[in-house]
Amino acid sequence: MIGLAGRSIVLIVLLLFAQLLASSSSAEARTVVDSAGRRVEVPDTINRVFASGPPAGVLLYVVAPEKMIGWGRTPRDIDKPFLLPATRELPELGRLTGRGDTINTERLMASRPDVIIDFGATSDTYRSIAERIQAQTGIPYLLIDGRFENTPAALRLLADILGVSERGEALARASEAIFAEVDRAVAAVPPAVRPRIYLARGLDGFETGSRGSINTEIIERVGAVNVVEGVREAGGLARVSPEQVIAWAPDTIITIDPAVRRMIMERPEWQVVPAVRSRRVFLLPNRPFGTIDLPPSVNRLIGLPLLVHTLYPDRARTNLEADLRGFYRLFYQVDIPDAEIEKFLEGLGH
Amino acid sequence: MTHFRVTPVALGLAVLLTLVVILAAGTGPYQIPPRDVVAAILDRVAGNHDQGQTATVLFQIRLPRIAAAICVGAALSAAGAAYQNLFRNPLVSPDILGVSHGAGLGAVIGILFGLPVAVIELMGFVTGSLTVVLVSALAWSLRERGDILMLVLSGIVVGALAAAAISLVKIIADPYSQLPMITYWLLGSLASIRPDDLAVVVPTVAIGLIPLFLLRWRIAVLSLGDDDARALGVDTRRTRQVVIAAATLITASVVAVSGVIGWVGLMVPHLARLLVGARFDRLLPVSILLGASFMVVVDTLARTIAPIEIPIGVLTALVGGGLFVWLITRHGARALWRRE
Repeated sequence: MIGLAGRSIVLIVLLLFAQLLASSSSAEARTVVDSAGRRVEVPDTINRVFASGPPAGVLLYVVAPEKMIGWGRTPRDIDKPFLLPATRELPELGRLTGRGDTINTERLMASRPDVIIDFGATSDTYRSIAERIQAQTGIPYLLIDGRFENTPAALRLLADILGVSERGEALARASEAIFAEVDRAVAAVPPAVRPRIYLARGLDGFETGSRGSINTEIIERVGAVNVVEGVREAGGLARVSPEQVIAWAPDTIITIDPAVRRMIMERPEWQVVPAVRSRRVFLLPNRPFGTIDLPPSVNRLIGLPLLVHTLYPDRARTNLEADLRGFYRLFYQVDIPDAEIEKFLEGLGH
Repeated sequence: MTHFRVTPVALGLAVLLTLVVILAAGTGPYQIPPRDVVAAILDRVAGNHDQGQTATVLFQIRLPRIAAAICVGAALSAAGAAYQNLFRNPLVSPDILGVSHGAGLGAVIGILFGLPVAVIELMGFVTGSLTVVLVSALAWSLRERGDILMLVLSGIVVGALAAAAISLVKIIADPYSQLPMITYWLLGSLASIRPDDLAVVVPTVAIGLIPLFLLRWRIAVLSLGDDDARALGVDTRRTRQVVIAAATLITASVVAVSGVIGWVGLMVPHLARLLVGARFDRLLPVSILLGASFMVVVDTLARTIAPIEIPIGVLTALVGGGLFVWLITRHGARALWRRE
């Protein structure tokens, strides 16, 4: 039998040993837990981050633009004034999403990222993609839950991993405030008077997202009804016919494409839709990223106050212009010119 | 010599087409009772231009779409029948010379560059036609005279190249905005047909069909083989060129507005052959009428069985594939190529 003293000694030795192990590894690496519950060892300081696709790209841009090593797709010229100068000319690297990759493993390694981040689904498919790429390249691959509701947590998680916790906290608080303000504004609106919205996507406006789709998530988040009930409850993009849009009779149409809005206001097949007759066809900003989707990422946060002010003008309490300026300042770290603010507000009928 | 006898089969199919159109005009997510359909049409014929909701759905959306379905079905079936006769092969469809993939490539490039829909359609038409020109030129340069086998091989090669280029565009395209558009386009749909589209497609299809009609006897003779046809005094090379040009024109123009719709041009001529035999002069009108009815039915399904559009290419593959199996099990593979 080992006595109390003996047991204590064993315990102390074990503790010391554990301490030693922990400190030796933390000299160059530490372990983080991603949204899928995977324990991933990452370098202590992370300077180069590869974003696996457009949603991750936006998340990374907002949290730590200085750690970006490239874009999945080069930003359009019209986007560049809305991005930090240092990020405007970063190279196009391609995307990494399992099937349909546009970057190969060697080029990925040649771009020397410290970590890879993916912002989106955390299903087994994506877990296995992460495991395979991590095993093959030795680059830590982190999955971050991309559900809209999870945005504050995602901002904190990524910021903590990248060592910019303070910025992460500021962004997370701002997004929590946005969500809270939406909930407050919407809470008192009776279901019967909530708008019935059609999201007009694609070149002709007849592409849309079915109820429950990630592309239209924001419509439900502001308490509105997506008129598109698809065959799949879990949504996804769909093409619909003009006749079907008329049958759904949406009272509000939103789009982020100026050309689509023009078409809707002009073409005869749209004129019998209630939303067009009452001229409730709203154009939401799409620079540098779409405020409804395109991609479905952190950029949707500003879509919320924009929609609250547009859909429930009586319930909105904030100053929309200040919301816009504040969001671009805090999240994209740019000041938008007055002329652009005016254009944004014009599209919303303000 | 080019007089046209109306056969009982053709007459029956014309009646069938009329019935199908009336039924389709009254069916859709936007409810219009059949009585109102007839009333609205009579009203329009009387010269009243009602701007109401029912009139808009009927005249701006549903009837143009039905007209487009008739046009597409007729065009693809006629081109299929002509090509099957020309190549003397039952497995040939209108895109044997690469027109669909060629048109697809032009259209997806248009989508990639964010061009307006009308320009995308134009690009589809131009590249579809250019593909066939390229195929013919390649076949021509490989052999002294335009040999059928060389033509088919060139069509396969150029078509495959265009398909590969399409895949490349899909990879480059923005996965959140352009890729869905490209995918829908390649599956074929009449969802966004507008009256303006008809003003372009109907005349071009008509222009393509006229030479097929006028030359139907000579084209029929081609199925006997070059030597026999020549012995009967037919200029096989010239006739073949006309058939290829006409079939390309009508296929490229419908593919440009409807996207890629498979199986119709392959299946409908087979069904028509069951009704009237393989003689091209009889086959052509029957294929056209049958194809038009078939496409109106399929498109009505595409727009009504679910709130979202089911791509027509998916439905034609399902129905066409099913019919093909039925044909073979019921009549044997020989049914596909009965001479009479």
